[in-house]
Order: sequence, then C-alpha cells, then structure tokens
Amino acid sequence: MAQLAKTQIVKPAKRRRWKGDGGWAYAFIAVALIVYAMFTAYPVVSAFIISFQEYRPLGSVFIGFDNYVNTFQDSLFWKSIKNTIVYTVLTVPVSLFLSFAVAILIIPLKKGLQTTFKAVYYLPAVASGVALSVVWLWIFDPMTSGVLNQLLAVFGISNQNWLGSSASAMFSLVLMAWLSSHGTSIIIYLAALLGIDGSYYEAAELDGASFLQKLWYIVIPCLKPTTLFLLVTGVIGSFQVFQNAYLMTGGGPDNATTMVGLLIFNNAFKYFEFGEAAAQSLILTVIIAGISLIQFKFLGNDVEY
Amino acid sequence: MALYSTHTGNKPIKYIRNTTIIIVLLLFALATLFPIYFMIISSFGDPVEAGALSYSLWPSKISLDSYKFFFDYSEHSYRWLLNSLIVAGCVTISNVVFATLAGYAFSKIRFKGRTVLFFVLLCAMMIPYQVTQVPLYILIVNVFQIENTYRALIMPGLVTVYNIFLAKQFMTSIPTEILECAKVEGCNQLQIFIRVIVPLSKTVMAVMAILTFMESWNTFFWPFLVTNTMDMQTIQVGLKNFRFANTTYFAPMMAGATISALPMFILFFSLQKYFLEGVTVGAVKG
Repeated sequence: MAQLAKTQIVKPAKRRRWKGDGGWAYAFIAVALIVYAMFTAYPVVSAFIISFQEYRPLGSVFIGFDNYVNTFQDSLFWKSIKNTIVYTVLTVPVSLFLSFAVAILIIPLKKGLQTTFKAVYYLPAVASGVALSVVWLWIFDPMTSGVLNQLLAVFGISNQNWLGSSASAMFSLVLMAWLSSHGTSIIIYLAALLGIDGSYYEAAELDGASFLQKLWYIVIPCLKPTTLFLLVTGVIGSFQVFQNAYLMTGGGPDNATTMVGLLIFNNAFKYFEFGEAAAQSLILTVIIAGISLIQFKFLGNDVEY
Repeated sequence: MALYSTHTGNKPIKYIRNTTIIIVLLLFALATLFPIYFMIISSFGDPVEAGALSYSLWPSKISLDSYKFFFDYSEHSYRWLLNSLIVAGCVTISNVVFATLAGYAFSKIRFKGRTVLFFVLLCAMMIPYQVTQVPLYILIVNVFQIENTYRALIMPGLVTVYNIFLAKQFMTSIPTEILECAKVEGCNQLQIFIRVIVPLSKTVMAVMAILTFMESWNTFFWPFLVTNTMDMQTIQVGLKNFRFANTTYFAPMMAGATISALPMFILFFSLQKYFLEGVTVGAVKG
C-alpha cells in the first residue's frame, strides 16, 4: 500500500492516478471478498459436491445421483412441496392485498398521521420470531380458556385444537402470517403511491372518473412494478419459511405443516443426512429461480422500470 | 387533484370520511398489535402453572415475579442478553465499516473486474440460505472446530451482500466532482473515504447499523446450530430452551419473550425515523 501511495506522488499524471486507485479499491473490498468467498461462495460449491455424496465425518463417499433420486421418490418431499405451495398461496396474495388496502387508506391522511400509522404497522416486525411464536402458542391454546377459543365461543363456535389437529394446523400458521407485521410492504406501497404523477388524476377527473375508476385505471397499473417486486420477494421468502413451522408445530401433526425449509433442516440436523439435505436445498433453489422467472415473464412484460 | 376527491366546500363529508378511515386502520392495527399487547400484559402475572388459569386481557395486578422466575431459570440468563449484545454489536460495527468501504469502491473507484465482482456478489442474494447452511455448519464445526465460540457466532455475518448493495446504491448518487476536487487537493482514497464519503453517508450508515443490529439480535437459527452450552447461547436460543423446559409456566414465558423483544422496542421508539427510512432505501426503484 505504501508503495502505491509513493507512485502516486512521483507520477502525478491523471491516468496514473486512476491506476493507482485500483490498489485502494482492492484493499477496500478485500474483507468483503474474503468473507464472501469463505462463507458464501465456498459453501455453495461445497453444497453442490456434498449433494452427490453420502456424508461421513472421515471421508465422504460419492454415490452419484442417489440423493436426488431418493428425494424425488420420497413422498414426504412431495408433501412438503405441496404444503409450501398451499402456505404461499394462502399468505402472499392476502398480505399483498392487505398492504395495498392499508396504503390506499393511509394516503388521504395528514403527514403526521401517516407517519404514526407507518410506525404502528411496522412495530410488530421488530419483535423476534421466537418471542412472537411463544405468544402465538398461547393464543392457540387448545383449552377452552385459550384466547382464540374464547373469542370463537362468543360466536358460538366450539373449541378447536388449533395446532394439534392436522386439519387446522396449517390454517393456524396462515392466520399467524396474516396478522403479522405488514409494515414493510405498506411502507413500500406508500412510497410508490406518492410517486404517481398528480396529472394522471387531474386528467381522469376532467373525464369524470370515479374513485374506483381512478383506482383501477391509474393506481393499479402504476403500482404494477411495486406489486411484482413484493410478489417475487414474498414468494421467495415464503418458500424458505422455516422458523414458524419449526417453533410452532415442529412440522406436525402427521407432517401437515412440514414445509421444504423444515424438511431440509430435519434431514440435515436431526438425521444428519447432509447429502440429501444439500440435494434438496439445490432443488429448492431451482424451484425458486423457476417461479421467479415465470412471475417476471407473465407479469413483467409490460412493466416499465 | 389526487386519488381522493377533495370535497372542496364540503367539510363535514371529508371529516366523516377521514374518521371512518382512521377507525378501520386502527382496528386492523389492533389485530396486528394484539400479540405484543397480550405478551406484555401477561408477563406481569404470577409465575404459577397455567393449569386452570384463564387469561385475562386486562392486567389484574402488576408483579415482576415472572421476570424473576425467568432469570432464575438458569444461572446464565443474564449472560444470554450479554451474548446477544456482543454478537449483534460486533456484527453491526463490522458491517458498517466493511460494507461502506466496499460500497464506496464499487460505486466510485474504477478498477479491473469491478462489474464482474459485483455481479458475483449479487448472485448470492438469489441463493436460499438452506443451500449454505449445511456446508457452513461443517466448515465451522468440523473444519475450523470453533463450535460454541463468539467467533462461530460472528464470523459468517461479518459483511452481508445486502449491506454492500445498500451502500453502493446510496453512494452512486454522490456527485463524482466532489471526489475529484478532493483528489486534486491531494487526498488519497482513504482520506477521501474518511473526510468526504463518510460524512455524506451518515444516513445510510445509520440505517444499515440499525437494520443489521435488529436482524442479528433477532436471529435464532444460526446461534441455535452452533451453540451447545447455556453460557454461549443468545437470548433467542435461551428463550426457546426456556419454553421447552417450562411448557406450562405461562407468565414467565411471556416475561422471557418481553425481555427478548424489549431492547428492539426501545431502539425502535428512539430511532423510528431510520427504521422506516430503511425499508425504502434500496428497496424500490424510482
């Protein structure tokens, strides 16, 4: 580094200077690159290799495509895929709709109120997933004294064994997702709403458009890129969901809530089938990439950035 | 001229409309805030087994016995908070320093391989964490053999690609002329970074620090994998263990949950602006 600095002083020509800065640049990114290489790049390559092996602490054995073949023949894998899809379909669109509706409702309010509501809706997001899972566990208490059961009793609905029966366990996790924080999407939608050019509304009003017409013909098309962004990130996140299933139901009862993320975790750290877990994680990557591509293709073709 | 009719000259209608909107918004907000309210209210109850107890939504009494019960559960309970603080603190400082440095290099210094390297980094954001978790675990536990140490907890999170991306996005908007001026004045790149870039990037650094700290404090998965003794666990892992060990102690469990979430609430209420700003920085284009 000292040497580089010296060349800079001796040869002050402009081009030389830029060249000299290359050294600085590499120094600035060095730590980031080392961390990346060690804790991201290497593990990805390693996962690829492990997926073709049967892992043993002292020297793994190559077994070709067996891990992949086993995965595709495993009915639990397909069940977990199905569960993940059900969970995604039930949570992501509802979350998008709720966020959009809240953002639309916040828009006409005064600045101060807008900020207050943003903060209120964001607040649950700062509490840790473990803390919230502890609380929800008691809300779903199957006894008659359970919070949700008491609420349902008001409407004359009998006791439910929320997390304990395979019929309602998945719904319980979905309900938890519906009532979790939508703050992030609400704030992103609000920012996009504020970015819509006022002249569109003006022109629409001259033509006598109603509120709903403005919503349908101006707001929804203008927010399409935002919706696409939230949809893609939401689906990606939902496919990796692990924590709630693990902490709330452990995947049960009868694997009714075992999702791909949890299946991979169990294979890796419960049964120590590292090879199979690695294979499944790579399959998951391909699925996620595929779904993202499809979403961009079908929804993104007329999106202008 | 906006999405909503302005109701010029018809104040009462506008007033009624806005009041209705506020009520609807409040009702939904109450539903999402309910778990947190329930958690805090219940944590003041007595540390008795939940058997026949029915939950009340109003605090009948305020006692801190359940908090005491939680801390008495293990001699390391206080240590969990300290561990979380140490890990989150180190991860945050290192992210702010190294992600800002890298972000500056990627946005403002021309060097060979810049585009390729940045693209390679971005690829990481598309890979689910399930892919890296097994090899990372093997690396830390079997190769480095540093299981159950602070190093194991901190090292994988030293710099995240997301933060580099955040810094780069922000710094691209800093005018290059300023940097060239500094150069003409004889500053080297490190001096430019410290005297020009850092003062101009305080907002993004604050946002980065807060989001990184929150994520690190709340993270459960990695500390759960690489710690195996109580004295090295973070508060999230400790809370989970407490829950499985005391399945019927309702109020102490809520006290534990409140303890794990309280630092973040305090942080949120004091630095709200940066939290909310953090959502939109780098998230939306245009």
